[in-house]
Amino acid sequence: MAITNALSFHRIAKSFGPVQVLHGISFGLEPGRVYGLLGENGAGKSTLMKIAAGYEQPSEGELRLNDKAVRFGNSREAENHGIVLIHQEFNLAEDLTIAQNIFLGHEIRRGLWLDDAAMREQAAALLREVGLAASPDARVRSLIVAEKQLVEIAKALARRFKLLILDEPTATLTPSEAERLFALMKRLKADGATLIYISHKLDEVERIADEVIVMRDGRFVAREATAKLSRQQMARLMVGRELADLYPPRAPAPDSSQAPLLKVQGLTVPGWAQDIAFELRAGEVLGFAGLVGAGRTELFEGLLGLRPQQGGSVQIEGRPVRLRSPREAADHGITYLSEDRKGKGLHVQFGLMENLTLMDLARYARPWLRRSDERAALQAAITDYGIRTGSLDVRAAALSGGNQQKLAFAKVLQPRPRVVVLDEPTRGVDIGAKRELYLLIQRLAAQGCGVIVISSELVELIGLCHRVAVMRAGRLRAVLNADQLSEEALIAHATGTH
Amino acid sequence: MPQAPTETPLRDGAGNASNGNNGNRAGGRSLASLWRGLHGFGPVLGLVLLCIAGTLLNSEFATLDNALNVLTRTAFIGIIAVGMCFVIISGGIDLSVGSMAALIAGCVILAMNALGAKSGWPPAAVVAAGMGLALLLGAVFGLAHGLLITRGRIEPFIVTLGTLGIFRAYLTYFADGGAITLDNTLADAYSPVYYASVLGVPVPVWVFAAVAASGGLLLNRTAFGRYVQAIGSNEQVARYAAVNVDRIKVWTYVLLGVCVGIATLLYVPRLGSASPTTGLLWELEAIAAVIVGGTALRGGAGSVAGTVVGAVLLSVISNILNLTNIISVYLNAAVQGFVIIVVAFTQRRKP
Repeated sequence: MAITNALSFHRIAKSFGPVQVLHGISFGLEPGRVYGLLGENGAGKSTLMKIAAGYEQPSEGELRLNDKAVRFGNSREAENHGIVLIHQEFNLAEDLTIAQNIFLGHEIRRGLWLDDAAMREQAAALLREVGLAASPDARVRSLIVAEKQLVEIAKALARRFKLLILDEPTATLTPSEAERLFALMKRLKADGATLIYISHKLDEVERIADEVIVMRDGRFVAREATAKLSRQQMARLMVGRELADLYPPRAPAPDSSQAPLLKVQGLTVPGWAQDIAFELRAGEVLGFAGLVGAGRTELFEGLLGLRPQQGGSVQIEGRPVRLRSPREAADHGITYLSEDRKGKGLHVQFGLMENLTLMDLARYARPWLRRSDERAALQAAITDYGIRTGSLDVRAAALSGGNQQKLAFAKVLQPRPRVVVLDEPTRGVDIGAKRELYLLIQRLAAQGCGVIVISSELVELIGLCHRVAVMRAGRLRAVLNADQLSEEALIAHATGTH
Repeated sequence: MPQAPTETPLRDGAGNASNGNNGNRAGGRSLASLWRGLHGFGPVLGLVLLCIAGTLLNSEFATLDNALNVLTRTAFIGIIAVGMCFVIISGGIDLSVGSMAALIAGCVILAMNALGAKSGWPPAAVVAAGMGLALLLGAVFGLAHGLLITRGRIEPFIVTLGTLGIFRAYLTYFADGGAITLDNTLADAYSPVYYASVLGVPVPVWVFAAVAASGGLLLNRTAFGRYVQAIGSNEQVARYAAVNVDRIKVWTYVLLGVCVGIATLLYVPRLGSASPTTGLLWELEAIAAVIVGGTALRGGAGSVAGTVVGAVLLSVISNILNLTNIISVYLNAAVQGFVIIVVAFTQRRKP
């Protein structure tokens, strides 16, 4: 079995039914290099990479390895040729251990029986290689996202890959975790592997990639040494037009003498956040920075009554309130947009209308639900939030990621909250949709809503917020004003190296 | 929640990939839309085919008398199935309904006998009190299920598996292993509730229709119904969307308990007695009716109309077997079993 990593695409085309998503794509990859693959959502990056890794077959054209045409019927055949794709959403069996996951489908046997000792030993060696300090017997469920990603890479290492494709690997990582990943990628490259790195984050691509390949609308657009392209040029190539400044002007900061809209004191979410205190004014955008596991999401899930909370007091417009469930929170004017769009944010099997009105259904029930009113609300939301859909009657699953996110935004804003908590509001959406979401956030603030933004993208917090609170290990360590905001300062507080 | 791959398209180009899917559909539009149409109307189509077959096989099948007979027999299971439909759509299950019906029947008969002997109330009042008790007991049992499942955080399968045994054992104990029989005067006063007709239609059929209509309204036109579907489709999303998940779930079990109460208060005057075999396997028939009617066992989507059709379809099968002798009546359950599997096969999600 020839293992090689000189993979090239020759006039690859792919159609789903009558819709062609890839048009005659040709380019080659050289060993020992890191390629940044850029493109907006829908540019066809993932489809092309799925073809490379055997998950999809091209409608036309061919893949060549060392100038020999190859055809992968499935991902296993591609793996046998040393090509491994790590999906954005991991393919790990949560209830199995790390070792069991690494060898899933490739178990080491001794006669009829599994050789657990050998697998555990090899898994431990692989974990050391990727720099994950976890037992091979730990269940994957108990790991945080960044650790799961390292398990995926260890799994790929076990397949002895020569070409590794990472689809948006840092979308859910904090800066320091991303750093660790980049260090690992450099080591893998030094060992002669080819890496393809798909990302929306141009700064990361700029740092890690030797060459940039840009796709747009299913076509190959450009290929250039990273050093020769500025970020602006990359963005322009991706979008095919000039991008105005990504961050819209901030709504004016509220007067600091103004009474706080939301005041939290001494709030503890057992196991996650201790003794948290902060204030939010009407019209203010308050950011929450921190590493994954710092307890930001859990703090707000606790505040909203989604997790048990202990002690502390919460005041809205000076009146003490008890929020024991999301219903009580919504009734007091606080709603929360989850970071997990498919798992907690939207009913993807439901129609757009059913999703939109779910949090505010009481308004349409008199006592029978007025579908015409609900439909009017959907019509209005589609205009207000710029949701692009062919029809009002599709399921949420039919929308693109960015449009699903706009729908999720519209949903948590239906009850007309006074305070809205947005957890990773732009995760996994393309640049165009990002800008629209940023505009929405500023519009909300300008209308007097208190907005809390939890984000792992520091640039985003700096571009959006009036103030940023930084959490580390369950405690609030600092609150920085707009004039103090820099990536360095935020990282320093988040990692405790200030 | 499991998701078919078609609904989790390439993450990169969600829009892109769904275009692709639409394209696929567009490619075979006529076939695909025909299939989708069949999907929704599968149970109705099956019922129509069965009725045609029944008519051809036996001239007595297509008579009004026979139709009303079938509907009357369907009423018990049908009414329970309407309640079960809510529980299943919300992602739950109740295995105890047959035992619950038996225990309610036993308790109601004992209470009415005692009341009739001691209070000196007119029989009609005693019967009315008994009917009220049936509803109350159903609601209380449902409430207990709901609280054990939500507050106690026990799987619905386990809770109702437990009460399935408990309910029937208590009935057997109260009946001392035999039967509990309603006193004659009370039985005479009570019998019209099952045997009488209004405008030529038996009372149980009217009640069945009323329960089904209210169930349909509740599921499709109220916030409660929407919440039930939202919880079954994805409980986490519902919780994050400020839906009071526990309260809604408890209500679905109370609703089902009340439906069992209604079915039981119609059933008692039929035989005027309750025994350890009363309501045996009703839970399976009710669940089967819901599933044959197109409701997904994993919850999230379903319809009351489908459930009604499913219940009628299952009893039409046994009716046809009774009227003809092509297949032995003893194979009734087997034929129903095959139908359930065939229906599930046609409704399975595309891989």
